[in-house]
Amino acid sequence: MPVSVANSRVIYDALKAVDVRLVSALPETWLVHLIRMAEDDPEMTLVRLAKEEEGVGISAGAHFAGVKSAMLMQNHGFLASVNGIVSFAQLYKMPLLMLISHRGDLGELDPWQTQGGMVTLPILRALGIPSYPLSDPVTVPRIIRQAQALAESALTPVALLLTRDLMWEEAS
Amino acid sequence: MSSELRAPGFEPSGASAIEQRMRRADALAAIYPTLARDDVVVVTIMGAVAAELYSLGHRPGFFYLQHAMGLASSLGLGLALSLPHSPVVVIDGDGSLLMNLGTLSTMARYRPGNLTHVVFDNESLLSVGGFPTATSTGTDLAGIAQAAGVPVVRRTDSVDAFAAAFDEAFAGGELTTILAKVEAAGPKSFHMDLPMLENRFQFRRQCRALAARAQLDKS
Repeated sequence: MPVSVANSRVIYDALKAVDVRLVSALPETWLVHLIRMAEDDPEMTLVRLAKEEEGVGISAGAHFAGVKSAMLMQNHGFLASVNGIVSFAQLYKMPLLMLISHRGDLGELDPWQTQGGMVTLPILRALGIPSYPLSDPVTVPRIIRQAQALAESALTPVALLLTRDLMWEEAS
Repeated sequence: MSSELRAPGFEPSGASAIEQRMRRADALAAIYPTLARDDVVVVTIMGAVAAELYSLGHRPGFFYLQHAMGLASSLGLGLALSLPHSPVVVIDGDGSLLMNLGTLSTMARYRPGNLTHVVFDNESLLSVGGFPTATSTGTDLAGIAQAAGVPVVRRTDSVDAFAAAFDEAFAGGELTTILAKVEAAGPKSFHMDLPMLENRFQFRRQCRALAARAQLDKS
């Protein structure tokens, strides 16, 4: 599977470095290594969801208790979570670090991913959610650290979009 | 009072049964002394039940999720996993739970023993006019919880039975869903003199204090 193990490790280590200790996730291809890393890490609580929106509530619970958390999901999972993000995370000013694999963007071969891929950024923008791409492993630790800081200080969801360049190792 | 809140044509299933149904306010009052304990964390859904709990006496450990229908139980799961030494009680409703049935499978998967999940089933969306939910036509939320793998599921239809089931769940150390069939009745006003963000920050402070206390007890 050409999902980058090395870059998944960079992302995972960066999450650990900012004290993320709870990750909620719904699997998708690009996230397999990240989810396995969380699963194999005794310091991490991994919550496997039935639907991504649950993760908004679970992360809120973690925040109340002082535990830093992150959501791992595909952009279609983000789309499925919009009401929870708006009427819980935003309404109640919750910090929420969302790592969203940006399927359906440049280079996508699966036609079914493309509609969601094209609306992801416009919807994040419409919601006023600060969003940044993660595409270079060198800058990943810094951006994750800064995104976590912003989420906590502004008490807002922050989206980090995992790009094909970062997650996929296929020669292009 | 309750009839005013019902949508025209709302016919609860089993008209004779409903006359004997417990009132949610009485059920809440019966467990209030436990909910009000310093070490207990309580999450409710929006609407009538939030106003009823609030009117019994607000506590810093009560959080009333005034929107995001369906997510109270997910919030409770996140709390129970992150505060493993504190009892967490979720007060859910049929309409909310029906919006997020997957939560039962996720709760059952992690089954935190410090989580008690109360579902007050009045078979209606009372806060928005009393339109009947699918539990009024036979959907069995206790059956769904059981089939989802929740380790202990109880059905109660009287205040005494409910309070006993709650005490047992609370002391039992196993994830429990308690389904309580209640009358479709609520308070005249849902007003609460507590802004949402004040509730949110006060609750966070209380949860952090409980986490710190647990840390202290450990060392």
